[in-house]
Amino acid sequence: MRSIWRTADRGLIRDVAVVSLAVALVAVSYGAIAVGSGFPLWVPLLLSVTVLAGSAEFLFVGILAAGGGPVAAVLAGLLVNARHLPFGLSVADLVGTGWRRLVGSHLMNDESVALALGQRDPDRRRAAFWLCGLGILLCWPAGAVLGGLLGGLVASPEQLGLDAMFPAVLLAVAVPALRRAEVRRAALVGCLIALLTTPLLPPGLPVLLALAGLAVVLIKAPGRTRT
Amino acid sequence: MSSLTLVVAAAALALGTYAFRLSGPMLAHRIDLPERIRELIDTATIVLLLAVVATTAFTEARQFAGFARPLGVLVAGVLAWRRAPFVLTVTAAAAVAAGARLVGIP
Repeated sequence: MRSIWRTADRGLIRDVAVVSLAVALVAVSYGAIAVGSGFPLWVPLLLSVTVLAGSAEFLFVGILAAGGGPVAAVLAGLLVNARHLPFGLSVADLVGTGWRRLVGSHLMNDESVALALGQRDPDRRRAAFWLCGLGILLCWPAGAVLGGLLGGLVASPEQLGLDAMFPAVLLAVAVPALRRAEVRRAALVGCLIALLTTPLLPPGLPVLLALAGLAVVLIKAPGRTRT
Repeated sequence: MSSLTLVVAAAALALGTYAFRLSGPMLAHRIDLPERIRELIDTATIVLLLAVVATTAFTEARQFAGFARPLGVLVAGVLAWRRAPFVLTVTAAAAVAAGARLVGIP
């Protein structure tokens, strides 16, 4: 852990702080919505610590609040979280082995993975992954509890534009990876597939289907090796 | 719904999610992947992340989320691409979306 602090310069720590703070703001509205729809405070707290994945928690709470069954809510949340499996293949070296793997795996989320992949060298990647993961581990539950306590006092998230903040944070951290044209093409096709299938399929599945965008890269690959 | 049902459901979601998270590193350490495949996996991860961005920017409950939110995210994307400070990028997204709604753009 000490080497992580040595690698992390001020720029990286500032980035992690901004991501964590933005995540905390989204968590405030999550906690307020969960308690507002009739759940006791311990529900968003328990979910935010143990699940630690925003969109799946929103969906889980939303389905139960709308009168859906617990099995349906769990399965829907798991479908949304299935993307963590390919994430893990990507950040395996940053997570490490032994006890680090057990802890580090839990810190794997959209933001920590995106911030890590945007770094130049392996040491910075590892530092970004761990610091961002730990920042979110603190800020997501803390924000959710604060939101749950404030409840109705928090203005509607739409009025403050907080709903635009979550995708914006993730886009901003993913941008460095998009400077490669090959990645950009695959992502563009993937996003189109995800958007077009969203009205037709349960949440989570369109995001996984976006992987078909990789075909753009794969089709080009043989031509590259031939030369 | 009883508290017990809630705890069991939350635990099932948490354990299942942890299993997804843990299986990636476990698999990757068991098989030695060639460089080209590693690169492809990294690209796959970026594609997944961008698909999360796209679906959360444009849709809400599987329907079009209105113009204000994607407008805010678009402004953030342009700022990030031009290497604007992170805090400015994120604040701009919220400000543009909130401002758009203030002037009546849904």
